[in-house]
Order: sequence, then structure tokens, then C-alpha cells
Amino acid sequence: MNKTFNQKAWFFVIPVFVLVAFNAAVPLMTVVNYSFQETFGSNVFAWEGTRWFKEILHSERFHASLGRQVIFTFIILLIQLPLGIGIALTMPKKGWGVPVCLILMSMPLLIPWNVVGAMWNIFALPDIGFLGNSLNTLGFDYNFTQQSGDAWFTTILMDVWHWTSLVVLLSYAGLNSIQPAYYQAAEIDGASRWDIFRYIELPKMKKVLTLAILLRFMDSFMIYTEPFVLTGGGPGNATNFLSLDLVKMALGQFDLGPAAAMSLIYFLIVLLICWVFYSIMMRDEARS
Amino acid sequence: MLMNSYILIKTTGWLIMAKITLNNLSHSYLTKQNNDSDWALRGVNIDWKDGGAYALLGPSGCGKTTLLNIISGLLKPTKGEVLFNDKDVTTLNPVERDIAQIFQFPVIYDTMTVYNNLAFPLKNRGLSETEIDAKVKEIGEMLELTSTLNNKASGLTADGKQKISLGRGLVRSDVNVIMFDEPLTVIDPHLKWVLRSKLKELHQKINRTMIYVTHDQIEALTFADQVVVMHEGQIVQTGTPVELFEKPKHTFVGHFIGSPGMNILPCEIKNGQINFEGKILPTNTNLKRSNFNKTQVGIRPEFVNFSDDGIAVKVKRVSDTGRHKVIDTECESGSIKILASSSTQIPSGSAHITFDQKYTYAYGDNWIIE
Repeated sequence: MNKTFNQKAWFFVIPVFVLVAFNAAVPLMTVVNYSFQETFGSNVFAWEGTRWFKEILHSERFHASLGRQVIFTFIILLIQLPLGIGIALTMPKKGWGVPVCLILMSMPLLIPWNVVGAMWNIFALPDIGFLGNSLNTLGFDYNFTQQSGDAWFTTILMDVWHWTSLVVLLSYAGLNSIQPAYYQAAEIDGASRWDIFRYIELPKMKKVLTLAILLRFMDSFMIYTEPFVLTGGGPGNATNFLSLDLVKMALGQFDLGPAAAMSLIYFLIVLLICWVFYSIMMRDEARS
Repeated sequence: MLMNSYILIKTTGWLIMAKITLNNLSHSYLTKQNNDSDWALRGVNIDWKDGGAYALLGPSGCGKTTLLNIISGLLKPTKGEVLFNDKDVTTLNPVERDIAQIFQFPVIYDTMTVYNNLAFPLKNRGLSETEIDAKVKEIGEMLELTSTLNNKASGLTADGKQKISLGRGLVRSDVNVIMFDEPLTVIDPHLKWVLRSKLKELHQKINRTMIYVTHDQIEALTFADQVVVMHEGQIVQTGTPVELFEKPKHTFVGHFIGSPGMNILPCEIKNGQINFEGKILPTNTNLKRSNFNKTQVGIRPEFVNFSDDGIAVKVKRVSDTGRHKVIDTECESGSIKILASSSTQIPSGSAHITFDQKYTYAYGDNWIIE
């Protein structure tokens, strides 16, 4: 086959190079630059080598916020996945209920994140908020601005409200792609409802569920806006997750060097977990 | 002797079969029905004997899958009843009816091994481990799956998977009827033949009632003793492959069975005789009625011959398939196809043809007049 060689084609690729350079490569390199140096403003830099990385890796503050982050992500995955699958299983398969359910489910996903935070902040206020006031009227001592347990409860509830829909929609799509013959065959084989879930629905949903886990892991691990507006990381450091802590360090204390090192470590953790997850997924794929 | 056959029944369990009767069955997927086209099935009556091999043949959308799902109990008919051994089972579910069904696409439980796939229906029916093991190994042997029994079912090829679907129906000894819904659709052509022979062989070995749904006439005719041809929700003819070929009861059967299909041309019926192109066509059937909206004459291409006089036609095209020739001719009423052996001399231009009297039929409003 005769291929046409025309080096002018490279011109078409230039816009992409420029765009990617400006929105990804250049900022990332700036962060890398900061992470090895000390700066006092006015563009004065001093070389620090790996000092910031060592400091961050040994800092109790980082360990604490990483720990909080892991626990938070773990809890919301534990709640949202079964809940999402459960809701998807009970959703109607045809009729007018389908669009109604789909629209209701999409609503939380369409609300801007800072609005979600503000909404829940007002909703949960112990004196005037509907949730906070109701809980207190019922006799619970609830105050998310002062008690760390209540702050965690509210943050998790907010995230479940905001993001379970994503798991629902993905699971629902997965369920709908199952051929009716599978259910008919199971009926003929005398399978129980649990058998149908265990041997047909769950295996057939595997792909969308791995996607759901991956998306929910990444999003929850990088959560910022909603807890920033809701609790601001408080009370104290109770809900001070990784990204909140990072912003405090960078913009609050103006410790640009350590903050840059921390964001690189943060980035590598997310990348590593996603990579591990992705390889497991692909290995299973190759095996079957 | 009596004792012997009793023991045989006890040990094989394969002599429990069922006669299937469908009484005036109609089904519609709509809640309100205004005209014939709103019905997927219209007034279906069937009487099927124990242990027979039957085929439901028809084009897509003719209602054959609907009929099959009604027999298996996956669908409740709008009207009519289903009887197994004269017992009304219309309201029973598939498990209570004890049927097996094999679907168009292989249905397997991905996460289970081949062995567990085959054992699944037995486990659900509470059989003991030893009974299950014996049965699964026996069926595995029969379907040539023994070497893959411990593999994951999801790793098999399409025909391997379809064998598992089939096996899950065969392992159960209490099955009244095994139904196949176009089971060879996703199978490679060269394996189709192998699997079809396998099915036929299995039918002879286990002698259970089998119903095979297909739109492929070759599949139906090679598998079944009795073929039921369906068209627009109705049964247009039931018969052996030879009967369907030699005497189509409906113009649809004439068109659908045979390649090329039957020649069907407009004609007039006067005084109990077929008038076609100004000539009287002799026929063996008795034409008493003639008050139809539409009357037609039907003759298969195999039974049309060239002759010195008869109906005048123009020879348009000759296609030689190797074993025989298909000749397209044109007369005033329309085109007539002729099937002749390869050695036949084909006249060019104008010619005359005659129809074999024994296979010339008249149709009134698409149904045979007799």
C-alpha cells in the first residue's frame, strides 16, 4: 500500500499540544518545580531537594488527613454501592415510571457541588435547618458544627444523597442490558430470587460496577467543595480531608513547597490505586 | 416382563412424557384488541403426541416464539388453554410444568463451571449430591463436554455454551417437553450441521417430546417428524415435510417451503374447473365452492414441464445451479418458474408448458379448495 507522506499534517496536532501543555503539563511541572524548592515570594527560590517530600511523609498532620480520607471513601463506597444496586433493582423496567425515576435520580447529579454543600449546611443547621431542628426536636443532641460525630454523619449523608444516583444509573443500565432469556432460563431452572441476583444480575453488572467503584473512589478521594462549604473541615480537624488540608497548607499558610510535595504524593496515591484496580479488572477480562 | 419395564422406568425415568394439547389459544400483547393484527396468536389448536419431534416454522413475527412461551408457561395466554396429558396447566409456571427450554442465545451462568451449570437445575430441585453427580456426568458424556466439565463456562465457544444450555434441559429426568427457540442462530454454519444431527440423535436416544422453533425450512424439515407452519398468528398447515411440499394447504406454505417457492397465479373457477389463460387446467381435487374474493392456481416449479402445446410462455432467464436448472418464464398472468434437471433441453424464446395434474391445486382466498 502506498502511504502519502506529508509532514504538514503535524500542524493539525499543534492545537492539541498547546492546549494540553497549558492545562496539564505546565501546571504540573510548576508543582514539581515548587516541590523541590523554598520560595519567599517575589520569585526568589532556594533549592531544597527532597526535604518537603520527607517532611510530608513523616508528618502526623498528613497521616491524619490521609487516614480520614481513606475511612471516608471506604464508608461511602460501603453504603453507596449496595444502596445503589438495591435501588436499581427496584426501579421499574417499563412504563411511565421509567422516565420519572430516571429524572428523579439524575437531579442530585445536576446540582453544582458548592450548592449541594450550601444546601446541606442550611438543611442541617441545628436551630433553623429542617434536618438539624427535627433531630433535636426528636431528642437527639445534634450539632454538626460542634460535634465531630455529627459532622461526619452529615458529610456522609450528603455524599450519599449526592452520589448514590450515579451508582443507581450505572447499575440500572447494566441490569437493562441483560437479555430476558436469562431470567426465563433461570425461571425454568427453578432458581430463587437470590440465585438470579447472585448468578445472573451481579455477574452481568460486573463491568458497570467496576466503573462505578472507580468513579466513586476517585471522586470521593478528591472531595473538596462540598465539605468545604458544609463544615470547612471542622469542627477542629474532624472532617479535614486531604484536599481541604492541601488547600489550607498552600493558600492558608502559604507553604508552597510542602503543599506542592503533598499534592504530588496525593496524585501518586490516586494514580496507584486506580492503576491497581484497572489491572485487576483487565486481568479478569483477559482470563474469561 | 412387566417387572422389567417397570424397573426400566424407575431407573431411567425417561418414559415420563407428555401429550400436549392446545385448545383455541389466542394471545395479544395489547390490553385492547380491535382487529386481527392486534393478535399475536389467533385460535391455535394443536394435538401433539408423546415423544414426537415437532417443528414450528414461520417467518419472524409470525407468533412462533409467543406460542412457545405459552407452552413453556413463561407467558399466560389471553384466551384458550394448554393441556399436558389432558391436565389443564394454563395457569402453572414453568417449574410446575416441568419443561425445559433452550433459547436463541446461549444462556449460561458465567461465574459457574460447566459442571455447576449442569447441576444447577438439579440442585434447585433438591436432589442429593450423588444423584446430581451421576446425572451431570452422564449428560456431560452425551454432549461431549466431559473434558471441560471443570472449566469456567464463560470461556467456552458459542456452540459449547449452547450445549450447556441444552444440557441443563436434558439433566432433568422429569421433563415433559424440551423446547428449542431457534437454538442454532449464533452457531457457525459448519457446527450447525453437527449440533442438529446431535439433537436428532438425542431425540432418538431419550425419546422425549421436542419442539423446535425456527424460520429456517431446512432446519425444520430435517429435525421434525411433524412441521407446523405459522403465518400471521395462525397455523396454516401441520404435516410431514413431504405433505407440506406436495400439497400446501395455504398459499403461504407454497411460497415459504421449497426453493424456489410455488408458482401462484390468478385464475378463474367455473363449473368446478380451473380456467387459466383461456384453458381448462385438469386437477385431481374436487372444486365445489367457487364464491371467493380471490381465486388462484398453484403449482410447484418441480411439476411444470415443457411440452408441444399447453400454456404459451416466453423463456426469460435460465440459471444453472449445477444439479438443476431454474427457468424463469413469463405468461400473460404473470411469471412461472420451472425446475428442470440439468440435462433438460431448454427452448429459447416462445415455448409451451403443462402442469402435472396430480400437483395442480386451486386456492380460494389463499386456502386450498378441496
